[in-house]
Amino acid sequence: MERDFTSRSHHDMGGLEAGHVKPAEHDYEFWEKNVDAMLVLLTSMSPKLMSVDQLRKGIESLPPDAYEKMSYYERWIFSITQALQYNGVLATEELSRKLEEVQSRYETEEV
Amino acid sequence: MTPLFQTGNGVRVRKGSPPGHIRTPFYVRGCKGVIERVAGEYRNPEELAFGRFDTPVVPLYRVRFQQQEVWPDYQGNPQDSLDVEIFEFWLEPANPEKT
Repeated sequence: MERDFTSRSHHDMGGLEAGHVKPAEHDYEFWEKNVDAMLVLLTSMSPKLMSVDQLRKGIESLPPDAYEKMSYYERWIFSITQALQYNGVLATEELSRKLEEVQSRYETEEV
Repeated sequence: MTPLFQTGNGVRVRKGSPPGHIRTPFYVRGCKGVIERVAGEYRNPEELAFGRFDTPVVPLYRVRFQQQEVWPDYQGNPQDSLDVEIFEFWLEPANPEKT
C-alpha cells in the first residue's frame, strides 16, 4: 500500500464514512480505570511527568493497523509508556524486568 | 501576545501537513472562515506534545466556517455553519492586502 505521509494522518478521520455506530453503554474493566487514573495523576502532578498533548501525539504515532486493532485504553497505555520512557521517568530495562516479573506471576498464580 | 485577528475578520486556514502533533483538523485546512471570537491564549500544543512545556502562549480563535465551504457536496441547510478552535499560526488573512 502506498502511503502519503504529507497529507491526512490516519487518526484525523473527521468527515470520513464511519459506518454504523452502536449507541450502547458498556462497563470499563478495572485496568482501564487504572490507566485513566494514572494519566490524571501523571499530568496533574507538579512538576508534571507528561502532558496530555504527549498522550495524543503517542496515540497518533501508531501505525494505522495497530490504531484500528487496539482498544481505546490500550492506545493510552502504549502512549503513556512511551512518554514516560522519553521523559526519563521509566528506564527501559526497569520496565522490561517489571514486565517479566508480572508475566511470571500471572503464569504461576491460579486465576 | 496581541491577537493578529479580531471578531469578524476573514481568515484562511493554512494547508500545511507537517509531521508531529497537529490540532487543526485536516478537513478545514485550506478553507475560508470568519473569526467568531478570540478564545484566549494558550501554550502551543504542537510543542507541548514534544515535552516542551515552557514555550510562549499563542492566541487561539474560534473560527466559523460555512458547511458548504468545508464539504462541497453538503446537502443540508445552506446557512449551516461549523465552529473549530484554531491557533493563530494556522491562520492567514482571507484577503491579504496588496502591497
